[in-house]
Amino acid sequence: MIANQLTKKDSKLSMAHMWVAFISLLIGGLMGLLQTLVRTGRFTLPFGIDYYQILTVHGVILALVLTTFFIIGFQFSLMSKTVGMSDKERVWAWIAFWVMLVGTIAAATMILLGKASVLYTFYAPLAAHPIFYFGLTLVIVGTWIACFVNFHQLYKWKKANKGEKSPLLAFMVVINMIIWFISTIGVAATVLIQFIPWSLGIVDEINILVSRTLFWYFGHPLVYFWLLPAYMAWYGIIPKIIGGKIFSDGLARLAFILFLLFSIPVGFHHQLLEPGIDPFWKYIQVVLTFAVAIPSLLTAFSMFATFETAGRAKGFNTLFGWFKALPWKDVRFFAPMVGMIAFIPAGAGGLVNASNQLNLVVHNTIWVTGHFHLTLATTVILTFFGISYWLVPVLTGRKLDEKTNRLGIIQTIVWAIGMFFMSGSMHIAGLLGAPRRSAFSEYNGSEQVTEWIGYQYGQAIGGSILFIGIIIMMYTFIYMTFFAPKGVEEFPIAETAEDAEPTPMIFENWRLWIGIAVVLIAFAYTIPFIDIIQNSPPGSPTFKGLIGNS
Amino acid sequence: MHLHKYEKMWMLIGGGALLIFLIMLGVGAFYQGTKPPSCLTTIDPQNVEAHDSFKKENLGMQQLDDNRYVVNVIASAFNYDFGTDEEGNVVRTIRIPVGSEVMFQGTSTDVVHGFELAGTNANMMLEPGYINTVETTFNKPGTYTFVCNEYCGTGHHYMTATVEVYDE
Repeated sequence: MIANQLTKKDSKLSMAHMWVAFISLLIGGLMGLLQTLVRTGRFTLPFGIDYYQILTVHGVILALVLTTFFIIGFQFSLMSKTVGMSDKERVWAWIAFWVMLVGTIAAATMILLGKASVLYTFYAPLAAHPIFYFGLTLVIVGTWIACFVNFHQLYKWKKANKGEKSPLLAFMVVINMIIWFISTIGVAATVLIQFIPWSLGIVDEINILVSRTLFWYFGHPLVYFWLLPAYMAWYGIIPKIIGGKIFSDGLARLAFILFLLFSIPVGFHHQLLEPGIDPFWKYIQVVLTFAVAIPSLLTAFSMFATFETAGRAKGFNTLFGWFKALPWKDVRFFAPMVGMIAFIPAGAGGLVNASNQLNLVVHNTIWVTGHFHLTLATTVILTFFGISYWLVPVLTGRKLDEKTNRLGIIQTIVWAIGMFFMSGSMHIAGLLGAPRRSAFSEYNGSEQVTEWIGYQYGQAIGGSILFIGIIIMMYTFIYMTFFAPKGVEEFPIAETAEDAEPTPMIFENWRLWIGIAVVLIAFAYTIPFIDIIQNSPPGSPTFKGLIGNS
Repeated sequence: MHLHKYEKMWMLIGGGALLIFLIMLGVGAFYQGTKPPSCLTTIDPQNVEAHDSFKKENLGMQQLDDNRYVVNVIASAFNYDFGTDEEGNVVRTIRIPVGSEVMFQGTSTDVVHGFELAGTNANMMLEPGYINTVETTFNKPGTYTFVCNEYCGTGHHYMTATVEVYDE
């Protein structure tokens, strides 16, 4: 299972996804840079482009397009590698790709025409052009096709290998896609039942709290959909890169099952300050949110256990000697490792956000933006970059050479420095009250507001450094695709330690885990959701003019 | 499945810390009454004046007793309406004596707005169809800035007002 490379056909499929992901990185990153510049107050966008238009592009293209394409492309490669992909499955995978791409282009066109400056959260009753909602629907439908391709791949493997436990990475991909499928039902429901008929004028009114609740039912599992592929690389690939073994196959699966159970029934922690939702149910979901920290704690332990065991096996036996034994000069390890380190403050900040009362201090301030630029834009993205340094050469039949490695290390350092300044100043400005999702403003000109502006300069400096990081990454991507020396790059898949305990077969009992996940969702949402519907106020008409969509 | 001894300790400490945090949050919310803003009262967003608090004459600051006040506000793109003062001028600055306990009570007539008084813990979402409330005590004199912290359209970042807390 170890030596064989992906077939040409499999490579082409994953590589198509990588192209969309990296082009998105460039466009979205440029928008991010422009935002930080506008927020210094010294720069105005040319051609009458609106700040919120580029903010919408930035959010949609990085949080939805880059992530989804990279993740699905990466997952296809993992599935092909571990359980294989049939020709028929590959046809469906390509259909998924094209459906997603058409949807993306439709939505992007509406944003560029200024008809959909509603941000990626598209809160009602701000109303975008119907094509924007149709485009997003197609993206979701495309991902569903990809889900079922992945499910079918594992199902087929299980049938051919009766009684055996599934390969770890295939197991993880399927868990991630189950989370994705269950959670996107929420956003699909609000878009299909509420937004589309309302934006077309078929119905006059929209129920705002219902739409927001359905959106956030999807909105938090969405972040785990981003995070879990990074965890796949940490658990299933990094041990191989550092010359070690998976600490415990069972613990890795347990962590993923806990994510399946706890990552969905937690959406209210995005709605803590909203009217119309009973505080008791908000608190219930805060409890469940804290539960989702547990698999991350498990992961932290497993990672460092892997590192220490690998270092000690190489003969570094002092208390922290094994730490030095890690391959710091190998970018396939270094980039994800920097991402992991960033997850320590990022995770702690997440607990602050989810805390009932502390949320009053930070809700909708730029602290939150700082938070997810640590989680998504550092931990997850640096791990994705770390993956692409070997995955792209594998897919293009080239080698990760010394030059790519050096560029990658520089890129990682540039990214860490840029993010330190940008996310750091966002966190501080947020604590001082500076709002998120806002163009430059002096508000009432008070001393309080002038304090924020210094930190906005800090964000612009960080943003500029990060954009340099994006240019280095784009250069590296092009180099790896077309110019790196030809050869066979290793697809690193880690193995379990010989002395590891056998994995309990109960982890393969899909009906059980999906069943518990559904029960938890029903518990957390049924009563408050019925309350919301029963106590609905009159609905809202469309507001198009406010976003310049008239 | 076997768990390593250190792993058990790690999970016990981590899980224990989470449990302590949760108990603190729960006691804070349900025993000491610091629940997040979650008013359940609905209202017709096209006709907010039908509710007493949002009649023209009741907007802005209303004294309840010695040091307790209610401030009623209607949010709409891109303005906070605190009513008018005695001379009929639009209120842009609310003056509050230091040490006051103030409940802000607001709603929206169009889209979703944020209502945050920077430098205090007063922060809530205003959604059409719902009233929301948040309370805070002003212990320090100074100028505080209201910002709309939920995107509400192209002029979102101009939506502001001021609180002046003065020493008597």
